[in-house]
Amino acid sequence: MYKTRLLAWATALLALGSSAALSAPADMERGKELAQACVACHGAEGAGMATGGFPRLNILTSGHMVKQLQDVKSGTRESAVMMPFVAGMDEQQMRDVSAWFAAQTAAPPAPPEADAELMALGEKLASRGDWDRYIPACHSCHGPKNQGVGDAFPALAGQHAGYIESQLNAWRNGSRDNDPLQLMLAVAERMNDTDVRAVAAWLAAQPADGDDKP
Amino acid sequence: MNKGILITAALALAASVALAQHKVPVKLPAAEPGQYEHVAPTLEQLQEDDSIHPELRKAIMRGYDLFMNTQQLRGKHVFNDMNCVSCHMGEGRMAWSAPLWPTMTTLPDYRGKNWQVNSVEDRVIGCFSFSMNGIPPDYDSDIMVALLAYQQWTARGAPVYDWNIAGRGFGKVADPPKAPDYQRGEKVFADNCALCHGADGQGQYVDGVMQFPSLWGDRSYNWGAGMSRVDTAAAFIKYNMPLGQPGRLSDQDAWDVAYFISAQERPQDPRYEKSARYTREKYNNFHSRTLYGTIVNGRVLGEHVNTGEKPILMPEALSRKRVFD
Repeated sequence: MYKTRLLAWATALLALGSSAALSAPADMERGKELAQACVACHGAEGAGMATGGFPRLNILTSGHMVKQLQDVKSGTRESAVMMPFVAGMDEQQMRDVSAWFAAQTAAPPAPPEADAELMALGEKLASRGDWDRYIPACHSCHGPKNQGVGDAFPALAGQHAGYIESQLNAWRNGSRDNDPLQLMLAVAERMNDTDVRAVAAWLAAQPADGDDKP
Repeated sequence: MNKGILITAALALAASVALAQHKVPVKLPAAEPGQYEHVAPTLEQLQEDDSIHPELRKAIMRGYDLFMNTQQLRGKHVFNDMNCVSCHMGEGRMAWSAPLWPTMTTLPDYRGKNWQVNSVEDRVIGCFSFSMNGIPPDYDSDIMVALLAYQQWTARGAPVYDWNIAGRGFGKVADPPKAPDYQRGEKVFADNCALCHGADGQGQYVDGVMQFPSLWGDRSYNWGAGMSRVDTAAAFIKYNMPLGQPGRLSDQDAWDVAYFISAQERPQDPRYEKSARYTREKYNNFHSRTLYGTIVNGRVLGEHVNTGEKPILMPEALSRKRVFD
C-alpha cells in the first residue's frame, strides 16, 4: 500500500514539474565518493553533529535531500556553510550523494538538554499544536510518529535539536523560503522562541524510523 | 462565565490580530455586528478545573480521543478513512472549521436536511451515516455519551439558544465572479492540494495509516455528506486549506476546486431510492447544492450501487421520525 502511495506521490511530484527528477538512477559508488566531502560535519554514516547544528542525513529521503541541495544552490535556502559544496555540484551528483546518505544507518543523537517543563510544551505542540494561534500539530504533515511523509515532509523524530531549532528560526527570519506552499513558513512564523526550543528538544528525543529496531 | 475562559478569549483575539501581520496571514471573516464569538476551552483548562468530576473528565477525554482518532471504530461504525477531526479542524474548537459547540447550544432545533427537529444525537448519527460512510453508534451508547461530553465541554460558557453565532459551520464564500469550472478546479487542485492529497485525490498513507485523507472514492465521505455540497466544500477549503492557511485561496479558486472535487465519484447516498436522479429530486433541499444525479463529463454522478466498505446501504437510525403533535 505504502509503495503504491509512494508511486502516486512520485508521479504527483513529476506532474508538478518538480526538479527533483527521479529519471536517472543514482549511483551509490559515486555517491559514496562524493560523501567524503560531507563526513567531516555530517558524520561517516550521516549521523550529523549536535555541535554546529549539522543535520542527521540518514533519516531523510533522497528526494528531500536533492531538493535541499538544489535550493541552497538557487538561494531559496540560504546556507553559507553549504554553498561552497553545492556550487559545483550537478543534478546527478546531488542524486548520487543523497541516495547514499539515505541508505545509511546512523546512531540517534544524544538526548537534548531540556527540563521537564520545556519537554512537556514540546510534546503538546508537536502532538496537538496550539490552534488558538493556528499552529497545527507537527504530525499532521510529518507523519504519525514524525518520521516523515514522502519527499516533501522530512523526518523530524531523531533529528538534532539544534538543527530543528535553526531551521525554524531560518523560516522566521526569512533566510529559508523553500517549502512547498509555504506550509512550514506559515507555522514557523507563529511560533515564539520558547515554542521553537521546546518542539526541537521533544522531537530530537523521539526515535527515527529504525532507531527503535536492533 | 469562567474567568479563565474570558482571558483565553481575549488572548486568542489578540493573537488573531498579530497573525494578520505575518507573511502567511490567517485571513478569516470578521464577526458581523451582533454576532457573538466563543473561544472553546482547552484540554489544559479541563485538567485544571476542579469543578469537573474526575469521572466526567474521563468521559470528556474519551470523547476527545474518539473525536481525534475515530478510526478506532473502523469496521463497526466507520467504513471510510475519516476521523471527526478531518473536517472539524483544530480539535473541533475553531470558528469557521465547523466547531462542535454550536450544536450543543442550539439543538434540539429544526433541520432542513431531514425536515424535522433534530437532537444533538441525531446530528452525530448524521455524521456517522454520511461523512464517515458508516453505521452510527446507538443513541444511548457510551460512545455517544463520550462524544457529546467532549462537545459539551467545548461549548462551556457559550449562550444557549442564541443563533447569532460568528463562524458556525464553515461560513459562506461569496458567489464567484465566474461559474465554478471543472478544468480550472483541476488546475487549482494540482497546484495547491495534490502535494498532500495526491495527484489522484486518494490521499497519502504511512504504514497503512491515513496521513492525508482521500477526497473522493471509497475511502472518502459519501454522497449524503454535507461536504459533498459544492458551497460547503468551497467554504471548508477557503477557510481551512491548505492546512494552517485560512484565506489563502481566492473565492474563485475555492469554488473551482470545490466543484472539481465534488464532481468525482463517492459511495452512494444512504437515502438512495430508485435512481440518483430520483433521489436528487426527493432530497432536492440538499442535492440542489451537490452535483449528485447530474451529468458531469458525460456521466450521471452517483448512478451506482457502490456503498464502499459499508456492508449495507442505509443505517436504521436515519429513518427515525420525530413527531410532537
